[in-house]
Amino acid sequence: MKPKSLPRTIATARHPLQTRRGRLLLAALSLLGAAALWQLPSPAQAQSASAGKAKAASTAAAAPAAAPVQLLAAQSELSFTSRQMGVPVDGRFKRFDAQLSFDPKKPEAGRVAFTIDLGSVALGGPEFEAELAKATWFDSKKQPQASFQSTAIKALGGGRFEIAGKLNIKGQSRDISVPLSLSQAGGVSTASGGFVLKRLEFKIGDGEWADTSMVANDVQVKFKLAFQGIAAL
Amino acid sequence: MTSSNIHSPIQRYSTVAIAFHWLLALAIFGAFGVGLYMADLPFSPFRLKLYNWHKWAGVTILALSALRLLWRLARRPPADLPMPAWQARAAHLTHGLLYLLFFAVPLAGWAYSSAAGFPIVWFGVLPLPDFVPVDKALAENLKLAHKLFAYGLALLVLTHIAAALKHHLLDRDGLLLRMLPARRAS
Repeated sequence: MKPKSLPRTIATARHPLQTRRGRLLLAALSLLGAAALWQLPSPAQAQSASAGKAKAASTAAAAPAAAPVQLLAAQSELSFTSRQMGVPVDGRFKRFDAQLSFDPKKPEAGRVAFTIDLGSVALGGPEFEAELAKATWFDSKKQPQASFQSTAIKALGGGRFEIAGKLNIKGQSRDISVPLSLSQAGGVSTASGGFVLKRLEFKIGDGEWADTSMVANDVQVKFKLAFQGIAAL
Repeated sequence: MTSSNIHSPIQRYSTVAIAFHWLLALAIFGAFGVGLYMADLPFSPFRLKLYNWHKWAGVTILALSALRLLWRLARRPPADLPMPAWQARAAHLTHGLLYLLFFAVPLAGWAYSSAAGFPIVWFGVLPLPDFVPVDKALAENLKLAHKLFAYGLALLVLTHIAAALKHHLLDRDGLLLRMLPARRAS
């Protein structure tokens, strides 16, 4: 009781008017504070909401005008076929992600970025996957990701597009051109296509494995990527 | 008795049967040896080569065995040499089981390769069909079957060789000559 009443009496004794002003000021400040507190969570909420909608938050940054495009990982596939002494051997990647801003009506303004987790490769069995992780092949401990960044997107008509860009694997960067076709159903856009990758350009299978009579240089890459949020064709 | 047998005209197997016998003997010994050796090798181009050679040899053995069986069914082999009935029965049983495994070993190996996700391309040129789906658990079972059949075949081959040598060296009945090409001099 005493410590509470003491400052009051001092305050009223010294500045009765200022006390009123002080109270008003305090009220104004607390209102401002409340307003600040009210406003603070709102951008945070907006951020978490957008992060919830789209895994890749950078999508929003890359495409400020368009709604975020989301890769539907469960409905997407990224596979490849290599040839070992004439034998086709199929593999696939389990983890990859795409960030894109793309309007089928303005393809030339679009941008595509793609990353592949090289450690997520599946190829017949754990002994082969362990082999692929080695420095001779993907070197996925040192260089865990492969990436693709588009430089130009061109419409070919009939829902088909050609995406030119840079493919980066194991520190090697090469220009590639990827044709794909886009189909849309129920709000989901599916991009399917493929290209031939020259494995030696990226030092995949170096040293004793560089012999293309053992493992062919050409590796057929195929993909089927499902997206949500791409505008209608 | 023994000398009269050797000097009497030998009833040989047909030249085609003899050719099949020795060609397949060579191929089976080679494929078995490579199979034993390659399984524990570390991953390398050499190992990949051996695996493919082994598979090509296996499919070749399978194809030659099919032709051999047709030949065998079309042309009866020469009559048994005089021997106790149980020995003749044991010999026929061994031959029957050998034929069974000539097919079972490569077929299990082929299926194992398919189930493991590595279809066979014969001599790197002719892609063979997969008659089983890609399935890891199935591949493990087929691998075991291939291995057991191959060891079974090896055991039967040893029995077959031991019996042939026993006839030739202990009984001195000239049995081996039936499976050797005739010399022009004799």
